[in-house]
Amino acid sequence: MSVNRREFLRLAGSAAAFGCAFNFPLRAIAGEDSLTAEAAQATGPLKAGRWAMVVDFQKCREINDCRDCIDACHAVHNVPQFDNPKDEIKWIWKEKFEGAFPDIEHRHLVHEVLEKPVLVLCNHCDNPPCVGVCPTKATWRRKDGIVMMDWHRCIGCRYCVAACPYGSRSFNWRDPRPFIKELHREFPTRSRGVVEKCTFCEERLAKGLIPACVEACKHKALYFGDLENPDSEVRRILSEKFSIRRKAGLGTNPEVYYIV
Amino acid sequence: MLERALIGDRRYWLWIILLLVLISIGFLFYLKQLAYGLGITGLSRDVTWGFYIAQFTFLVGVAASAVMVVLPYYLHNYKAFGKITILGEFLAIAAVMMCMLFIFVDMGQPMRVPNVMLYPTPHSLMFWDSIALGGYLLLNVIISRVTLNAERKAIAPPAWIKPIIILSIPWAISIHTVTAFLYSGLAARPFWLTAILAPRFLASAFASGPALLILMCFIIRKLTRFDAGQEAIGKLTQIVTYAMCINVFFILMEIFTAFYSNIPEHLEHFRYLYFGLEGKSRLVPWMWTSVLLAVLSLVILIVPKLRHTNGLLIAACLMVFGSIWIDKGLGMVVAGFVPSPIGHVTEYSPTLPELLISLGVYAIGFFLVTIFYKIALSYKEEAMA
Repeated sequence: MSVNRREFLRLAGSAAAFGCAFNFPLRAIAGEDSLTAEAAQATGPLKAGRWAMVVDFQKCREINDCRDCIDACHAVHNVPQFDNPKDEIKWIWKEKFEGAFPDIEHRHLVHEVLEKPVLVLCNHCDNPPCVGVCPTKATWRRKDGIVMMDWHRCIGCRYCVAACPYGSRSFNWRDPRPFIKELHREFPTRSRGVVEKCTFCEERLAKGLIPACVEACKHKALYFGDLENPDSEVRRILSEKFSIRRKAGLGTNPEVYYIV
Repeated sequence: MLERALIGDRRYWLWIILLLVLISIGFLFYLKQLAYGLGITGLSRDVTWGFYIAQFTFLVGVAASAVMVVLPYYLHNYKAFGKITILGEFLAIAAVMMCMLFIFVDMGQPMRVPNVMLYPTPHSLMFWDSIALGGYLLLNVIISRVTLNAERKAIAPPAWIKPIIILSIPWAISIHTVTAFLYSGLAARPFWLTAILAPRFLASAFASGPALLILMCFIIRKLTRFDAGQEAIGKLTQIVTYAMCINVFFILMEIFTAFYSNIPEHLEHFRYLYFGLEGKSRLVPWMWTSVLLAVLSLVILIVPKLRHTNGLLIAACLMVFGSIWIDKGLGMVVAGFVPSPIGHVTEYSPTLPELLISLGVYAIGFFLVTIFYKIALSYKEEAMA
């Protein structure tokens, strides 16, 4: 059952109808999304053995108050903007260094590192604890490593939120739709009572596009690619520069790397 | 059988009406929660489980504690518990119902709860917990119905029920073990990541549940002609005393490990509970109250002269119940989220709608206990007459 479903989603994704399949399943099946489907045929979906991201923290921290990647992500994914921090939803954001790397932080650490916030997002772990605990398989790991969400199956128990060691998951405490600044029609909105997070822009990958945050970064501080391909950019960077991962000691095997 | 619940004096009906009013208020606020979302509670991005889940955890303990009367009676033929096993089983049924309701009201998409059974997921502890709780409910419904029927007809219960009763003993242990595993298997939450969580849950359950049962016995003695008997109450007191000692011992072991090892990510949760973190200390007075109640209750329970005075015994049982309710029903769940895995210290307190919904669920539990006890005791009174 679940395999069929995943298979279905993969196909739906490669038809670039993923977003609409969630929001308007009947329309998507009826093939009304021909426009985006054509786009996919033109370039073909991006595929990988193991998707991974590298954050060049060195470059990132040189630019103060830059939030291009965050804004781009939250705009294309219809992430609501709440005034009350209690309701907050975020897919990618800046966190204090000691929050992101509690076991690396120390008082005399290079000042710029300690002072500047770190970009954080879902780590798309190889051993994702969130997937293990989900009682309905509403979150699962694809073969290419992307940890996915089914917003129509999630019962809103928030077990995955409790299980994530990175605080990467947000819950819709109330109806998010009135708080979406500008509706992006190609991506579904969520209903209240479900959990959401970064999905490495799998809907864009299916259309042959790189993730929105990577595309939006003018300073080339974000790299995205296939870890299993030895010639990929991410592999090249990881072999050239010293990198760290968040809470690697927990055995989750996060696939977002940081160049400090 | 049910018609027995329809006969009662003024006091009985006033109590029933009060409970129905509380249930209605809770239901109305639940409708409000359904319309607005769980944002109506005090929960936030950092503290995602709170009062509901904590009550669930506490009540699983109350449900499991029925085993403390069932086991001595059925495995050791301890006759003094013969009269009260049915009370323990009925308490378990009401407690499991409350557990399920507390889970239900905590769901973001309650209509999709059947997904847990439609897409069974053996690697999720929540799947196993729903099986454990559902099974325990079924076992106790069957057992209490069959044994009560036999009692009504003044015959021995059928032989086939015995293996089912024996099965209910490990099953009771399992519900609280699996509930502890929900927490203790999470690498993300060092506060819960402790092998002693399940034993600690069981110890606190076997103290708080029988303490509640003792209180029930005193209430019943006052309201009806049924008397559980001093021997049964004395034995229950012994169980409460041992379980409470073990519970406090386990808590001290946790505190030793956290403070002596001095690993910040483990220690900070305890510091938040007992001293506060970054100036945030909402739970501190509660936790020290819990400590004080635990110590006082143990003094009464351990000194023979004190515990043999009924008034003091009642006070001790209230203190045990209160101490463990604070520990499990307030501190245990919330402290797992403070600080968050990314170091945020966000405090939580339940909102009024959240408390009224919880009160409504408790009222449903009390309503069930009242009806069940009314039926069971009316037969017992008849048999005595």
